[in-house]
Amino acid sequence: MHELARNSWIIAKREFAGYFSSPLATVFLIVFIALTGAFAFYLGGFFERGQADLAPFFQYHPWLYLLLVPAVAMRLWAEERKSGTIELLMTLPISPWEAILGKFLAAWAFIGVALLLTIPMWITVNILGNPDNGVIFTSYLGSLLMAGAFLAIGSAISALTRNQVIAFIVAATICFLLVMSGVELVLNVLRVWTPDFVVQAVASMSVLSHFDRITKGVIGLPSVVFYLSLIAFALFANRIIIELKKAD
Amino acid sequence: MAVLIQARDLNKRFGDIVAVDGISLEVAKGQVLGFLGPNGAGKSTTMKMITGFLEPDSGSAHIAGIDVFENPRAAKAKLGYLPEGAPCYGDMTASAFLNFIAEIRGFDREAARARVAAAVDKTQLASVLGQKIDTLSKGFKRRVAIAQAILHDPEVLIMDEPTDGLDPNQKHQVRRLITEMARDKAIIVSTHILEEVEAVCSRAIIINRGRIVADGTAEDLMRRLPHHNAIRLAVSAGRAEALSQALSEFAAISKVESIGAANGKVELRALANAGAPRPTELASLIRSRFIEAEEVRIERGNLDDVFRQITTSDEGASHA
Repeated sequence: MHELARNSWIIAKREFAGYFSSPLATVFLIVFIALTGAFAFYLGGFFERGQADLAPFFQYHPWLYLLLVPAVAMRLWAEERKSGTIELLMTLPISPWEAILGKFLAAWAFIGVALLLTIPMWITVNILGNPDNGVIFTSYLGSLLMAGAFLAIGSAISALTRNQVIAFIVAATICFLLVMSGVELVLNVLRVWTPDFVVQAVASMSVLSHFDRITKGVIGLPSVVFYLSLIAFALFANRIIIELKKAD
Repeated sequence: MAVLIQARDLNKRFGDIVAVDGISLEVAKGQVLGFLGPNGAGKSTTMKMITGFLEPDSGSAHIAGIDVFENPRAAKAKLGYLPEGAPCYGDMTASAFLNFIAEIRGFDREAARARVAAAVDKTQLASVLGQKIDTLSKGFKRRVAIAQAILHDPEVLIMDEPTDGLDPNQKHQVRRLITEMARDKAIIVSTHILEEVEAVCSRAIIINRGRIVADGTAEDLMRRLPHHNAIRLAVSAGRAEALSQALSEFAAISKVESIGAANGKVELRALANAGAPRPTELASLIRSRFIEAEEVRIERGNLDDVFRQITTSDEGASHA
């Protein structure tokens, strides 16, 4: 266990520094802050609502993450495969899990940094009124969990190809499906021709419905378990994909 | 002598293509094995399996006595590997990259510093340590990758085309480095450059279509050439007949053939049996017949010829 933590940490450090060695980090952070802000103020009507909360801010996170998180994840393995460094990495005395976890945690920490940079929103809303800070805190946690789930999926997809653009598009599509399965529009279509339990099952698989619950202040065990198992499942798939695709 | 690299009956298919078809080999401590073969013969695939990167369909590989697939972490700790194309993390500086490798190989700060310094010294990288690897010339990039492979002073070193893309001076440096390290390691070097085999390898294996078709020292391999140790002579055209007659009187000489004429001279090749005449004997024979030979030399052939002979004919494959 000690070895797993140690080696994952070393890989994560390298990977995390990798984000900042190119303009990618700066571009991503600026776009992230600009978009979360723009969505909250214009689409969410942050001021017009006259309520001291961050609901309009968090409400758009699933949709933003659809595009932004796969962009962070796409390079994780596709780049290793393209440059051939995967051969270097996999012949170091580490286990594949350590590499997978290290990379995933680095990307997750990077999204965490992006989220931290939105803290001024939180401060602003506290100056303007008296929000329920507990709800805001759990919403941040929920947002981070959702990003983790998208990231793990993106990481697995990124191991499938050496082309980052393909990795991005496929990952974004899968994340889109996971979000859409909670949208009423989709569920209504399902209701017409499937029994109720199927609709329930599909809705419960949705990243969106769990996130909605969390942003309303209900950070229930099922939602946490849902996100964590999604992460675990995707990383497990990641492991298998790496094994299968190593040769080509 | 301790066998440090051992592969047993490695097999690997990619779809319908048999990439590696039953390759077994052993390399002992102190040996440098040259790994030769045409592109696509299965060299890299074999190396990838020995290093534990690719799992074979069947067969086993041991590094320093440790099974690569049963105990990969311990085996990989004893292995230094330079993959094909010498990949490195291009967004890192050479120094950050080597420190990362030292850290993940388990050296503490103090030891890591010493290891990196030693590897940098051996590969002469000091002048580019602070530069991003992506911005380095091909020669420096390759040396960074070599430094990475030798950083932990591994017992086993596997290098896929270590001198590819280097200029002659750099090639010489890398070869000298390999020779220096050979004493207490087992090394496999794959290459296209056959002079390299003679320069650094104690043994060579030629593989073709996934099978080993030849295995021996450079000398052993050259002995397989039909004209190995044949005698080449050049005389003026008028004396060619007389010379060829004189040569055929030698018991050791089985056949004399003319292989071309130019500028009023004829080139002859005398094929010798096992006990070929010494050049001095030949010289005195020729002199006794009052023939003036312009040139007498022993034809040794070169590895390029061996390589072509073995890998282009089907007959070569059946020698295995």
